[in-house]
Amino acid sequence: MKIHEYQAKELLRARGIPVPLGHVATTVDEAVAAVRPLVEESGNPVVVVKSQIHAGGRGKGRFVEHPDLGGVTVVTEGIEGGIEATEARVRELAEAKLGSTLVTVQTGADGKQVNRLYLEQGIDIDRELYLSVVLDRSRSRNTVMASTEGGTEIEEVAAHTPEKIVRQSIDPAFGLLPFEATRVADALGLTGDAHRNGVTFLRTLASATVDLDADLVEVNPLVVTSVGKVMALDAKMSFEGNALYRHPDVEAMRDESEEDPAELLASEHGLSFIKLDGSIGCMVNGAGLAMATMDIIKYVGGEPANFLDVGGGADKDQVAAAFKIITRDANVKGIFVNIFGGIMRCDTIATGVVEAVKEVGLEVPLVVRLEGTNVELGKRIIDESGLNVVSASDMKDGAEKIVELTA
Amino acid sequence: MSVLVGADTKVIIQGLGKTGRFHTDKAIAYGTAMVGAVHPSRAGDTERFEGGTDHSGVPGRDDRYQQDLPIFRSVAEAVDATGANASVVYVPPPFAADAIMEAADAGVPLIITITEGIPVTDMVRAKRFLQDRPVRLVGPNCPGVITPEECKIGIMPGYIHTPGRVGVVSRSGTLTYEAVFQLTNNGLGQTTAIGIGGDPVNGTSFVDCLSLFNDDPATEAVIMIGEIGGSAEEEAADFIKSSMTKPVAGFIAGTTAPPGKRMGHAGAIISGGKGTAADKIAALEAAGVVMAPTPTDMGAAMLQALDG
Repeated sequence: MKIHEYQAKELLRARGIPVPLGHVATTVDEAVAAVRPLVEESGNPVVVVKSQIHAGGRGKGRFVEHPDLGGVTVVTEGIEGGIEATEARVRELAEAKLGSTLVTVQTGADGKQVNRLYLEQGIDIDRELYLSVVLDRSRSRNTVMASTEGGTEIEEVAAHTPEKIVRQSIDPAFGLLPFEATRVADALGLTGDAHRNGVTFLRTLASATVDLDADLVEVNPLVVTSVGKVMALDAKMSFEGNALYRHPDVEAMRDESEEDPAELLASEHGLSFIKLDGSIGCMVNGAGLAMATMDIIKYVGGEPANFLDVGGGADKDQVAAAFKIITRDANVKGIFVNIFGGIMRCDTIATGVVEAVKEVGLEVPLVVRLEGTNVELGKRIIDESGLNVVSASDMKDGAEKIVELTA
Repeated sequence: MSVLVGADTKVIIQGLGKTGRFHTDKAIAYGTAMVGAVHPSRAGDTERFEGGTDHSGVPGRDDRYQQDLPIFRSVAEAVDATGANASVVYVPPPFAADAIMEAADAGVPLIITITEGIPVTDMVRAKRFLQDRPVRLVGPNCPGVITPEECKIGIMPGYIHTPGRVGVVSRSGTLTYEAVFQLTNNGLGQTTAIGIGGDPVNGTSFVDCLSLFNDDPATEAVIMIGEIGGSAEEEAADFIKSSMTKPVAGFIAGTTAPPGKRMGHAGAIISGGKGTAADKIAALEAAGVVMAPTPTDMGAAMLQALDG
């Protein structure tokens, strides 16, 4: 699960990690009202207006409706004109940005609608660095990644100047130790107050990542101010769904407007669903088999409409919900149900499919392939239902049949 | 011969809930030596399992089974009383990592974890806990391990397996069944089939399994089934190139998976352009692995690898 920058900063601030002062606004008036307290508290007449969407590259992104505006705007009018001038400019910007569509390298061509702005104090920046904490899968532990190349995508740094990235593996039994954080701070060229602050920042960020069950925490840029403070100027966090049950505060940060409606509906039913652009809907048990079902549809000349894993322990209601989610997609011209039952029993799938079809009707061809636990019972339920279902002997046979039926 | 589990494997179950009970019943019907269960609030009770065996009608084998499985307060007590040398974990996700560590602390040499949805942070800690203990974890989020006609630990349907020549290792449960079923139908059979699970942090790796199969005299060849995300398949390719003496066939799922999306399994995600199916297929092909173009061709790919 992804959250917005302002939410990530809220979580970091609560753990004592320095972030700039800021206020979130969902309306023009809220944005304007945020200016005075922000300027008075920070003592800095400069204010930054940042669009809040679940995608990176906002600074370089452009609004469809206002091609002259980027996702992030620094408002300097207040240096000479005072708070009123800043308020006037923020009003203009909020009117233009709120409700408009921002296109960045990560949003795709359609862009994303901006529903929230984050107003932040201006920061007197001395240096921009990069810092993240991510899971190193090959070592089964978190790793700190840091670089002097702040503001640049880390993939780009890794591709062109990998020597500029320092890594520090974190032993989960001990956390990031002081000498390890020192090593990273040294590599970033921090000195004096900035070094001391950097070590504290690093260690706090590493433990916050674990405490919050985040699967990624990225601070890019991490800035060193002219007085040696170390601060998260941007923050990106994502969370692993399996641990959200113990973080209700994080779960409450979920912004459903950022998610695909069908994927959201699926997740409410405990199903794993990802929408694709093709025309053949798939319902499969097991993630590997579900992926391979998409692959084989493509291999025999079709295009999958979705990934759908009903999981190992789904009941017939979940199967029925899955079926309804697939048939909601107007692009779907046929459905392929591919089940190899282990923990999932074929009769459960069969009952769910039959019930769903009886409830929502079936206007497109349906190919079913069943194998595994309780397969005979499952086949009997399908046969006795009287539904117009084509049986497949194996996965390729099923893929060929559904592609043929929808051609 | 086989790897990890066999006729002398004695198994306890942790997590005797609805799912755990269902599959314990299936395991006993298959002939697995289930010797006990761990359930703190039911210690001292027994749980009855009875029904028709999978091998009813086979001369010299029992047609029916009836077993009262003793329930213990802790893994240590269960091991003391039964001499168990393996545990299967069906404990729900919030408590599963603790169950794994308890089994490790009790010295259970083989801990097979079926549970799906264990928080990664918990698994990172559990794996750290296991690091200095002489135990092996398989999974989590896996179908388990089976040596046909000897020992079935996990949720795989038993009837699709048959004793034979091929070692099977896979990150995906249902794709394991596809591979196994084809190996049964084309007469190759399996020595042992191992599901290593679809989570980003797991116990036993592809390399561990390839190494076990390489050293197992009964295993003539191996089929490995991977998927997008991480670099376990690339590490396997390096091992195959440097150390594997037996033919290997393979399949990788997720050629059509979009980047940045978790494809069901917590570990199946292409991030930052890394972990694509294309990269994995290329690495395995370069290591001499015969790759199946679709899952339906896995058995044929294994035959081809054995011929070559």
